Amino acid sequence: MHTLPTSETQIADTVLAARAERTPLEISGGGTKRRLGRRVQAAATLSTDALRGITLYRPTELVISANSGTPLSEITQTLGEQGQELAFEPIDHRTVYGGEGAEPTIGGVIACNLSGPRRVNAGAARDHLLGVRAVNGRGEVIKNGGRVVKNVTGYDLCKLFAGSFGTLGILTEVTLKVRPKAERAATLVLFGLDEVAGQAAMAEALGSPFDVTGAAYLPATQASTLGVSALADAGTSATVIRLEGFADSVAYRTDALRGSYGPRAATTVLDDADGAAVWAGIRDVRPLAASSGSLWRVSTTPSEGPAVLARLRERSPVDAVLDWGGGLVWLAVEAGDDDGAAAVRDAVRPSGGHATLVRPAGGGPGEGEVFDPPPPVLAMLGDRIKRSFDPDRILNPGRMYAGV
Amino acid sequence: MIELPPPREDVLARRAQIAADLRGLIDKPEAVIDAADEMRAYETDGLTAYRQMPMLVVLPGSTEEVSRVMAYCHDNGIRVVARGAGTSLAGGALPLADSVVIGVSRLSRVLDIDFANRTATVQAGVTNMGITRAVEHEQYFYAPDPSSQIVCTIAGNIAMNSGGAHCLKYGVTTNNLMGVTLVLPDGQVVELGGKHLDAAGYDLLGLITGSEGGLGIVTEATVRILRSAEGARPALISFDSNEAAGACVDAIIGSGIIPVALEFMDKPAIHATEAFAKAGYPLDAEAMLIVEVEGSEAEIAALLDRIVAIAQAHDPRTIRVSQSDAESALIWKGRKAAFGAVGQIMPDYYCMDGTIPTGTLPEVLGRIGALSAAYGFQVANIFHAGDGNLHPLILYDANKPGELARAEEMGAEILKLCVDVGGCLTGEHGVGVEKRDLMPVQFNPTDLDQQRRLKSAFDPQWLLNPAKVFPLTDTPPAWDDPAPLNLPTHGGVDAHASH
Repeated sequence: MHTLPTSETQIADTVLAARAERTPLEISGGGTKRRLGRRVQAAATLSTDALRGITLYRPTELVISANSGTPLSEITQTLGEQGQELAFEPIDHRTVYGGEGAEPTIGGVIACNLSGPRRVNAGAARDHLLGVRAVNGRGEVIKNGGRVVKNVTGYDLCKLFAGSFGTLGILTEVTLKVRPKAERAATLVLFGLDEVAGQAAMAEALGSPFDVTGAAYLPATQASTLGVSALADAGTSATVIRLEGFADSVAYRTDALRGSYGPRAATTVLDDADGAAVWAGIRDVRPLAASSGSLWRVSTTPSEGPAVLARLRERSPVDAVLDWGGGLVWLAVEAGDDDGAAAVRDAVRPSGGHATLVRPAGGGPGEGEVFDPPPPVLAMLGDRIKRSFDPDRILNPGRMYAGV
Repeated sequence: MIELPPPREDVLARRAQIAADLRGLIDKPEAVIDAADEMRAYETDGLTAYRQMPMLVVLPGSTEEVSRVMAYCHDNGIRVVARGAGTSLAGGALPLADSVVIGVSRLSRVLDIDFANRTATVQAGVTNMGITRAVEHEQYFYAPDPSSQIVCTIAGNIAMNSGGAHCLKYGVTTNNLMGVTLVLPDGQVVELGGKHLDAAGYDLLGLITGSEGGLGIVTEATVRILRSAEGARPALISFDSNEAAGACVDAIIGSGIIPVALEFMDKPAIHATEAFAKAGYPLDAEAMLIVEVEGSEAEIAALLDRIVAIAQAHDPRTIRVSQSDAESALIWKGRKAAFGAVGQIMPDYYCMDGTIPTGTLPEVLGRIGALSAAYGFQVANIFHAGDGNLHPLILYDANKPGELARAEEMGAEILKLCVDVGGCLTGEHGVGVEKRDLMPVQFNPTDLDQQRRLKSAFDPQWLLNPAKVFPLTDTPPAWDDPAPLNLPTHGGVDAHASH
């Protein structure tokens, strides 16, 4: 059974009925990332796709509210008309999942806490979430946060909802902080560095006073896939660093940063259009989208990105892209029986952080663990948090972990 | 005095034995404090109107000692109140008569500075400014800057999700915290987050930030440190009306500029601070903005040019762009001394902390003015104009009978007004005991029950900082947990979570 409610009340009624019948629900928005996470054990689906519309937008207060089924593209366009944007730059999973589904919705973006290259500077989706309305697994409408940036009134459930993959509640409305779009975005490219030198160059950029808003490393094979001739023609690795703001300021900072590297690498500066193509490609993992094997996303200590790759290469061939100054490692792994899970998790463990199986070799979702299994105490806390929202495990059961 | 739950007589009756037991759990027996004159320092916090002596005070010297003390209190049904530096303005660290206060003041070591990964790891008793002090030799800083930053601890900052004047650009504590070592109410120790971004699973780090010591005690923290901008400089712009100042704020933000700070003061606040700081504030203005931008000299000059041009379209009374570091310091001196300065003109003031949508500022100031007239109290308003955080200071004289109660009543009216226009009860001070009974103004019972079930998930006995955040109730919170609490036994966990 598939329900497509058009109001919060209908969602609450659907959940109440599902709870009464002990029928778990799979929750989706636009359905573009149903393969992200474990397979949900549910006979019925509920989509927020019909719960659309921007409900409040105050450009001078830097705030927007929208019903959860509102397409991300509608929000991006509305903000763009006022010269604003969502600074956390969420990934569009249609690139890695073969375009399936309709449009990504804002509810799905928040439920998965999706953040792109600007995460290192502007924070994650969760950092921009000011308020939520949601229906929990008891069929109750709850609200938390609000429409103001400074708010410490009560527990911060917004943080819990962001990244809970629909297992705690069905988001019905979200309120987000927005930011002015930069007048200019320059992308400084350093050519030909190896991974270790590239990571060091990114760390220098992020540790500079020049307000860097993106720092990524593309090996030669990946650098050539983004449709930007300056990168493809070089035939070598590209370390890319983004600087944004008013034009005169960007010009000053780009020159200053470029000068700070001295003669260690050939450099160029991409114009805004080429730069936008590069950062959208990195955001959506375009260089690894067509890879065979399995696709992993690793969040680790930034300086350890190259070490994670070195450990993994001892066990398996791997293609990689580094974002977040080395702290976000996208991996295309030649999969064994377990999609490379043991090799990847073993490679990450000494460096700190965690690994997510974004796309199993078979396409998925599979039966195995997608997210790092938590240690027992955190698993127990997670289970109790789940039950405090959804005592009968009606909402997206199993999407994150078995039993949650 | 605010109502607190009745002390547990059975616990109080065992006080001497409990003190002896606690001395056996920590390396320094003198760090268990039971003498009344020594405990006096812990009977109140920044909200000095409320005082309550605790049963005992313990100052553990390590995560392991915090864990042992917490496990003991858990097993013996003893209430616990965590305490940083005791600067809460909301009574967040107010003890209960039958409580053990666990202070983090001996956890004062900086553990790791990692410039390559832009993180600092410190014990939770390190002060907010102590983090910046530890990294400023490399031109780095820790961004959240509450007014109490010289003395307040990172433990308290995390508990209250502290903000400051510069969070418009850099965010508040929750946006700058990357990991913690957390001792759960039963003494188990968990690690959340680390030097990587966005931990796996539910965002427990985000949940415990701002949970006011009700879910666990943080003993270590890893925070993001940032490279300082090349420079920063403020401009001071004054206006003949609050409306003009508010419109100018909207126009600056609307132009695409995010200043690093954007502070508003009304006429009473200008007068109080000028008398104290001699900063050259315009005494004949109705409202004043301090706008600060940062970057290189050329970037600063260009941004200030844009801001001055915007201000000139809003009928300013005066525009003064700082010409030197000394002048910048003087301009900020008045704002930073504002609370102390107000204390100079009246013996007592009550500092409120609501947040409002920035566009409602003129309306809200008008309605506060009406309340001021009705109650007969002068009010000075200081406002983080970029983010809507409003600090009305209600001036009263506690020596006059009934004035405190009436000031609190007027404060509650102001906070209800903040909620009424779409804002919230507290922007950065927290709920504590001060605002707990106002929570139903902002949240309905369903909203509150969800939050209370979360507390139960961490703290089934409600031993940690009870009587804070939520209205007192004599019925236990709803908790759908028919199964017995089945946490792993102490020590039975892996490397990520050790006892």
